[in-house]
Amino acid sequence: MVMADSFQFELVSPERLLLSGSVTSVVIPASEGEMTVMANHAPTMTTINPGIVTVTFADGKTDRYVVFGGFADILPSGCTLLAESAVHVDEISRDDIIKRIEIARGELEAAPNDEHRAGIERYIAQLGTVQGTILPA
Amino acid sequence: MPSLKDLKNRIASVKATQKITKAMKMVAAAKLRRAQEAAEAARPYSQRMGAVLANIAQAVGQDDSAPRLMAGTGKDDVHLLVVCTAERGLCGGFNSQIARLARDHTRKLLANGKTVKIICVGKKGFDILRREYASLIIDRVDLREVKKVGFANADEIGRKVIALFDKGEFDVCTLFYSEFKSVIAQIPTAQQLIPASAGEPVEQSDAIYDYEPDAAAILGDLIPRNISVQIFRALLENVAGEMGAKMSAMDNATRNAGEMINKLTLNYNRQRQAQITKELIEIISGAEAL
Repeated sequence: MVMADSFQFELVSPERLLLSGSVTSVVIPASEGEMTVMANHAPTMTTINPGIVTVTFADGKTDRYVVFGGFADILPSGCTLLAESAVHVDEISRDDIIKRIEIARGELEAAPNDEHRAGIERYIAQLGTVQGTILPA
Repeated sequence: MPSLKDLKNRIASVKATQKITKAMKMVAAAKLRRAQEAAEAARPYSQRMGAVLANIAQAVGQDDSAPRLMAGTGKDDVHLLVVCTAERGLCGGFNSQIARLARDHTRKLLANGKTVKIICVGKKGFDILRREYASLIIDRVDLREVKKVGFANADEIGRKVIALFDKGEFDVCTLFYSEFKSVIAQIPTAQQLIPASAGEPVEQSDAIYDYEPDAAAILGDLIPRNISVQIFRALLENVAGEMGAKMSAMDNATRNAGEMINKLTLNYNRQRQAQITKELIEIISGAEAL
């Protein structure tokens, strides 16, 4: 088996550095669809949607994090994901997501224009998907 | 001249006060360490954010496509001041320093014929600014119930500011907080939030980025986020500064109490001695008279 090249990946939230390490691939929920980042990726900057980040470490282990929006800075040498909020999959609870959805619903009422409202609706739908994926009913 | 009993009571009361200030100092020290850790943990994010922002801003350039939060409204008639202070007192000049800076700023703006609006974050700043500029305060944010300042708190303030900007309520926004230099030095600082400045690109990378969706859209998304990050940083610096200031204030208070106790004890002993001497003289002179 050919070992894939590894690269440096960092997952940062405003409150702390969640993860920093050598990984072989990362799947991120980019705004234009999911994308898998591997070593020597072309320099890309993308916003990310709420969703799940799957990290494959150099030793073959995988780990999953739930992120709630943010953006990723991808360079051939490494990838930095700046998440607005990020939680390890094991630590997230259904209530947490439901609360976020409710907050977003509240904002929907107060949204000043249609464009804004559409954005929030999209956000709620994405949260719903996240909820369905990691916490099957 | 206070009696022996009065002195004794005073010594006991000062000692009790000293115990309280000593305990407060230790609590502040523990909280300071935690606040410093929080500030440290938040640093990678704001640094990366700054770097990314600078790179994108350069790519987009200062043309018409620059978002309004960055380009500004083209006027500077209405100023919004976001004044961040602590929720509690007993921390030396910490709160009044920030409030004084904000007040001087306000006075200058008013003298130049500008309109000023103030948002107070934290109770103490509100208490101070209310005396002079009650009519200018349009909102206040209460963080008293918050045990540990999280990004959500900062984000809420950030959204509020941006919503006001979108409504055209102000042209320039300045953030007031205290920068944490060390335990004994906190520097009140004013930082301009809107129009946002992107700063200089840190590293000159020749790499040509792919942008998804496109650079302008990302920039438009990033700047509001960066405003929240800046507010978050200010809040964290404030907490650390408050605890540092409280620690040194309480240290001073403890030392003063110690000095006071020494002085009172000396006084007490002297008076006790005088009384004993007086009694002795009475006994001796009584014996001599016989």
